[in-house]
Amino acid sequence: MKLSARAGQRIAKTLIWAAAVAVLAVLLFVILYVLIKGLPIVNWGFLTEIPRNMGRDGGIASTIVGTLLITLVAIVIATPFGLGTAFYLAEYTREGRITRIIRFSAESLAGIPSIVYGLFGFIFFVDILHLRWSILSGGLTLAVMILPTIIRTSEESIRAVPDIYREVCFSLSATKWQTIIKVVFPSALRGIANGVILSVGRCVAETAAVVLTAGAPLRMPSSLSSPTRTMAVHFYLLVREGISMDNAFGTAALIVILIFIINVGANALINRAMSKNRTR
Amino acid sequence: MMRKFREKLPGRIFFLLALSSISVLALITVFIVVQGAPIIARVGVIDFVFGMSWAPSQGEYGIFPMIVGSLSVTLGAVVLGVPIGICCSIFLAEFAPVRLRNLFRPAIQLLAGIPSVVYGLWGLIFIVPFIRNYMGGPGLSILAGSVVLAIMILPTVISISEVSILALPPAYKEGALALGMTHWQAIRSVQLPAAKSGIVAAVILGIGRAIGETMAVIMLLGNAVALPSSILDPIRTLTTNIGIEMGYATGEHREALFATGIVLFVVIMILNSTAQTIVKRKKDQ
Amino acid sequence: MKQGNTKISIRDYQFFYGEKQALFDINLDIRANEILSVLGPANSGITTLLRSLNRLCDLIPKVRMQGDILVDGESIYAPHVVVTELRRRLGMVFDVPSPLPMTIFDNIAFGPRLHGKKNRQRLADTVEQSLRMAALWEDVKDRLHMPAMSLSGGQQQRLCIARVLALQPEVILLDRPCSGLDPISTSKIEDSLQLLKKRFTIVIAPHNVQQATRISDSAAFMLMGRLIEVGVGDDLFANPRDKRTSDYITGRYG
Repeated sequence: MKLSARAGQRIAKTLIWAAAVAVLAVLLFVILYVLIKGLPIVNWGFLTEIPRNMGRDGGIASTIVGTLLITLVAIVIATPFGLGTAFYLAEYTREGRITRIIRFSAESLAGIPSIVYGLFGFIFFVDILHLRWSILSGGLTLAVMILPTIIRTSEESIRAVPDIYREVCFSLSATKWQTIIKVVFPSALRGIANGVILSVGRCVAETAAVVLTAGAPLRMPSSLSSPTRTMAVHFYLLVREGISMDNAFGTAALIVILIFIINVGANALINRAMSKNRTR
Repeated sequence: MMRKFREKLPGRIFFLLALSSISVLALITVFIVVQGAPIIARVGVIDFVFGMSWAPSQGEYGIFPMIVGSLSVTLGAVVLGVPIGICCSIFLAEFAPVRLRNLFRPAIQLLAGIPSVVYGLWGLIFIVPFIRNYMGGPGLSILAGSVVLAIMILPTVISISEVSILALPPAYKEGALALGMTHWQAIRSVQLPAAKSGIVAAVILGIGRAIGETMAVIMLLGNAVALPSSILDPIRTLTTNIGIEMGYATGEHREALFATGIVLFVVIMILNSTAQTIVKRKKDQ
Repeated sequence: MKQGNTKISIRDYQFFYGEKQALFDINLDIRANEILSVLGPANSGITTLLRSLNRLCDLIPKVRMQGDILVDGESIYAPHVVVTELRRRLGMVFDVPSPLPMTIFDNIAFGPRLHGKKNRQRLADTVEQSLRMAALWEDVKDRLHMPAMSLSGGQQQRLCIARVLALQPEVILLDRPCSGLDPISTSKIEDSLQLLKKRFTIVIAPHNVQQATRISDSAAFMLMGRLIEVGVGDDLFANPRDKRTSDYITGRYG
């Protein structure tokens, strides 16, 4: 009995290690391939110049700015709504019809393909709200798209905060709000941040929804109501139209680096906040 | 009075935020349905959903092959991606040496951030020729799409499962180990069941990503509108149908694409409800 | 408050979780500046009773109560009662050591900060006093800014007592505070309780009869949601009137 348990452990451990190594290998393969093909293309001019000749020449400066702005709009709008919904679900309501409706909606939203968000954004933000093809339309569409991710990950991590913390807080004469803001939120922060980082990644990477709502011009956006082309869209169009494989890989490499910087930066920030192990 | 109000205020605000969040779903539903329902009514639900022929220029709108396409590609991705993803999350939460974990985690978030179209190109350069040369068929196929989608859903599955395993109170594992279980037994019989709702959530989100992916699979699936006879055949999915034709569609054709969106919507609702029922039934047991 | 005055008075108190009744007709007076032990086997309703006193039970969905609880002659269910203030006056220590995920200092300063005390020096004074009263100061004075989780179980529990003291409560409720602790930690906590009763009223669910006899000024015995009997001093242990009480005390159950 004991032996077979140990044998089971050994087999399982081997399989798990194998899966992890396989994933790591594929991951490195994809990333390295893009970097090796793309990095030689990247130079100062590539970063600071506006695309010329359909993207065959020049840099991708305008698409970098466009990507950052659209992502920023999406995160700034989706995070408060997502967090608010998550706190409502996890802290302010008992299981009942309302939570079922909200959770069902959030899960349904999570399943909706980005292209459908694109269709919706195209009709609602671009057309009906007269925002036209713009950073704002694209950002709002992406905000709707990432909302369920933020709700889900936040709710999970809020629920994962041990109940005893809440009881202790209440017993120390905290109000519900104080309990949430001083203990539950800091304890759930890592999970919430994970969800937000995941969402940033989705925004930067999204193609289908953005191309239908933000347009694809090559010029530098001048305000939130300017249309813009994001890096992912730029990459797609360069490949699809066969304009320039080199510049496509250069763009992809920059996206990877951008995501890397965001991840490392965010993780460093969280770790600093957590290592203090205190609310303030 | 003031104090009561101040205590109630956050709850009200959260409720309003939650309400606006879900009203988005209503908005999306309304707009897609308003745009797409008329053509379904004209063609007839049965003929639209089970019709085998898609020829917008001749006014034929049948999307059954695409439904089969969406389901088969997604199933393939889940079969390939989910077990590996869960193993990986167990590895990260339980077995990984700290240094490896600190390398792995940002790498996975990085993987999540890579645009799907980059995977599409990667699959086109490596997977498609491999299938064509060693397994037969045109290479652009269900299998190619499934492999690339499986890789794409990994970050979602891994990071969310890992969080839910890590979130368990350490007492669960310690208690199980104290009962003389091996580490693996503790994981399998205590930690995984306890983290189940998070893991199911991860899988559902992964399915959502797979079924909804458009641009990458346009590059990989071959996009033929026909029932496949094997996983090496090309296929078109509901999403790629919209993605390919939205650019030039007008009038009735565009309505039909919105109608495709409705069907996509319904398929996802069915999947979601099934998943939720499974979770609930397991909880009741 | 002199010893002997009634601090808390429980009148015909009943408590329900949904349809299930957890407490039946509890009538009990708790005098100021004494240690009252409430003992009984598991699931006797002791935790429910303690959590009723600071209205922590209110947080559970679908609970219902009848009867009344008076603190200093005033009902805790009176409409003008501010629940958070009530919980400040009746501090609670839980059955598992439960430091919040922050530093030792922040754990103790948590309560005072909730009440708007921000002055660093005064907070530091409060923290020191509270830790001294809980007999933890010498152990931790050099690492106040370390995570509270880094303390041992016994130290964590004394930290929880100190955290309650920092709120300047009137009553301290302890729900089996020593259940997971070693004998040395337990006796340290018992010692500090003896000092604390000079200033506070203490209601404790002891983790066994021996502990109850060591520390209590009076004792109450509960069984299945009912209060069986109350005795002053060693009376309950020496001459239990009810057979169920003597069965429990002599170790027949629990």
